[in-house]
Amino acid sequence: MAGLELGEARMNIPLIVFFACALLAVAGAVTLILVREPIYSALALIVVMVAIAILYLLLGSEFIAAVQIIVYGGAIMVLFVFVIMLLNAGAEERTSYSKLATYVGLPLAFFLLLEIAHWLARARVPAAGGPPAEGVSSRALATQLFRQYLFPFEATSILILVAVLGALVLARKSE
Amino acid sequence: MEFIAQHPVLVVSLGKIIVLLFVLMTALAYLTWFERKVVAHIQSRWGPYYVGPHGLLQPLADGVKFLFKEDVTPPTADRFVYVLAPLLALSLAMTAIALIPFGPPDVRLLGQPVFVVSNVDIGLLFLFAITSIGVYGVALAGWSSNSKYALLGGLRSSAQMISYEVSLTLSVVGVLLLAGTLNFNGIIEGQRGYWWHVLPRWHVFPQLIGFCCYITSAFAETNRVPFDLPEAETELVAGFHTEYSSFKFAMFFMAEYANMITVSCLATILFFGGWLSPFPTEWTWQLYLPGAVLVAIGIYSAFDTVAQMRGIKRLQMSVVTLLALGLGSLCLVPLVAVKIQGPFWFLSKVFLFLFFYVWLRGTLPRFRYDQLMAFGWKLLLPVSLVNLAATAAWLAWSWVRHA
Repeated sequence: MAGLELGEARMNIPLIVFFACALLAVAGAVTLILVREPIYSALALIVVMVAIAILYLLLGSEFIAAVQIIVYGGAIMVLFVFVIMLLNAGAEERTSYSKLATYVGLPLAFFLLLEIAHWLARARVPAAGGPPAEGVSSRALATQLFRQYLFPFEATSILILVAVLGALVLARKSE
Repeated sequence: MEFIAQHPVLVVSLGKIIVLLFVLMTALAYLTWFERKVVAHIQSRWGPYYVGPHGLLQPLADGVKFLFKEDVTPPTADRFVYVLAPLLALSLAMTAIALIPFGPPDVRLLGQPVFVVSNVDIGLLFLFAITSIGVYGVALAGWSSNSKYALLGGLRSSAQMISYEVSLTLSVVGVLLLAGTLNFNGIIEGQRGYWWHVLPRWHVFPQLIGFCCYITSAFAETNRVPFDLPEAETELVAGFHTEYSSFKFAMFFMAEYANMITVSCLATILFFGGWLSPFPTEWTWQLYLPGAVLVAIGIYSAFDTVAQMRGIKRLQMSVVTLLALGLGSLCLVPLVAVKIQGPFWFLSKVFLFLFFYVWLRGTLPRFRYDQLMAFGWKLLLPVSLVNLAATAAWLAWSWVRHA
């Protein structure tokens, strides 16, 4: 995807889409925390998920983008919304702000930001500066997953199966 | 002109989007007419009759009615989500159509394929991603209306859509194993050829069980009879869209019909060879079939115009006649006939599926809620899992044998 020239101005469409989606993701995340209605929080989280999926798409990982939307946007968040609807949860109440959050949380958050900034500054930027032209095809991903990383993959799926069974046992009424 | 030459992708894509939008809107409108007409004939009625010849202008009248009706918002509704829900439902339903290839990719304009808006490499996954988000339209509509009926309808339909999405996805994986690609063009090209020179190599024959699972789950996904519990009017008034009126209601209606079209297109692509002709290529007369069908419709309507219609309806019907005859004779020109073979077969198959939808609506009663859930989880899911395992085993065996 090269830059699209319209008259004199030079527009770099991937760059514009990147900033739009990044902004959308951050705005969604902030809304998620600030809004008091649970259903709005869930909606904001969906916006974050979709924005991140578009970012994956920009990086050329179509498969990851689609799976991100199917799994997080379509399955997990639907369950969230479902539960909120079922309980008809009202607006959450604010507690008196805890001292712990102010005196420990804020410095910790500041420290975390500092650390992220430090590692970002040290990270090597690719020479071209843009996203990689060729992403990972689903075929290449599958080959990696089922040839090279077969054991961890299967181990993870067994772990998930165990978790599902555990949830079933916990949810079943004791007789 | 210079701009067009410099940016063929942009210009052709925009053109395709506008044309597709227009065609889709018209198709949605006339699908309601078609459904009412067919269901009416199943029930020994006439259906829409008065607006235009054979009620052909009824969709237009309905559209105008929806636009000018009072738009009532319940005072206790959550305004933002209440407006968002129908927008979400319709826009997602229409986005999905952009991925559907209506014809072969080698018909090109300025180097761009004409019959598909966007040929995504992982088309099927992308389609599933879009449709999986579609649940929100229904769920949020039910929640935001702040009404018991709407909430219960919304809950029912989200539970139903989540349950049947599992078997829908699993029933398709068998086809994916046979095709070896997620790209729609690749899946269709893989079905080219014939068994014993007559039977087309469509996936429906080896994947008959998969197809049955797919079509059943697809009916449930689109909330249609016999799975239309979200809008069971005897229990829930109109389900999730009880509190919606005017154009917002029309948007849900259009979304439902757009989803029907998407699901039928997907069935055509995955199981019935997409734009491929069912007849062997040696039968060259099939080149003139689209034109012949249109001319036949034209001749019938000409007869109808003269024999049945009076007054303004005679004028309107003669317009239909001229359109059908003109388009039909245009399609008989060999140069045009070659190009429209793909879309003709694709749309014919989709039309058969849509007829099947309407036919079932006129025939089957509705499931009870517990029956619906038991059917989805205890029958459809295991059957599609067994189908998947059997397909995988058969493929592995044939690889071993040929190795």
